[in-house]
Amino acid sequence: MINVLFFAQIRDQLGVSGLQLPSAENNDLTTLLKNLKSLDSNYLSVLSKGSLMVAVNQTMQADNVPLYSGDEVAFFPPVTGG
Amino acid sequence: MIRVQTEDFNQQREYDRLREQSSVGAVVTFTGLVRDFNQGEQVASLTLEHYPLMTEKSLAQIVMQAKQRWNILACTLIHRVGELKISEQIVFVGIATAHRQDAFAACEYIMDYLKTEAPFWKKECNSQGTSYWVDARESDRSALNKWS
Repeated sequence: MINVLFFAQIRDQLGVSGLQLPSAENNDLTTLLKNLKSLDSNYLSVLSKGSLMVAVNQTMQADNVPLYSGDEVAFFPPVTGG
Repeated sequence: MIRVQTEDFNQQREYDRLREQSSVGAVVTFTGLVRDFNQGEQVASLTLEHYPLMTEKSLAQIVMQAKQRWNILACTLIHRVGELKISEQIVFVGIATAHRQDAFAACEYIMDYLKTEAPFWKKECNSQGTSYWVDARESDRSALNKWS
């Protein structure tokens, strides 16, 4: 399974802090994002934002990467700490 | 030393720790505070959310990159999370070096990267009790250009 997490506005807009997806059907980041967007129209609009950031196993990713069972994928808006 | 915590920090104690080594010739510190306005809104309080596992990794990475660029003798980075009131301390960066130029530069570098790469998010609450997420600022992203 792939452990998917959502933070800040993304979590609020989706109404869920995370979910688990089967790893076999989500074998890379692009496919996983496509599958999430196909869940419903809200997922499609929230996850289609150009500013969406993504981290795999707590490391920011800008490109497609392969995913394996046990990986943690997090989606969040641009950060605003400090 | 890197710490993410809900409780406040004591500047004097942090400064005293940074100057313990006798080879320290300069200490630069930065403290970020909750101010009472943002983007035209009167702010009553602030809640800071983070992504715990990633916060640790990204802050360690930012400090490691700074240590590769400058000769840093001691470094402290503290970021608070949870609900904070006006004028409370949010973030502390302290750098001890032999010479002041390294300390100034490293302190600014760490703040610039923290602002754009560490997974913290601010939610503000105004005096009417309405809360909203703070948008990221383009000026924070463009601040990185000077380090490339």
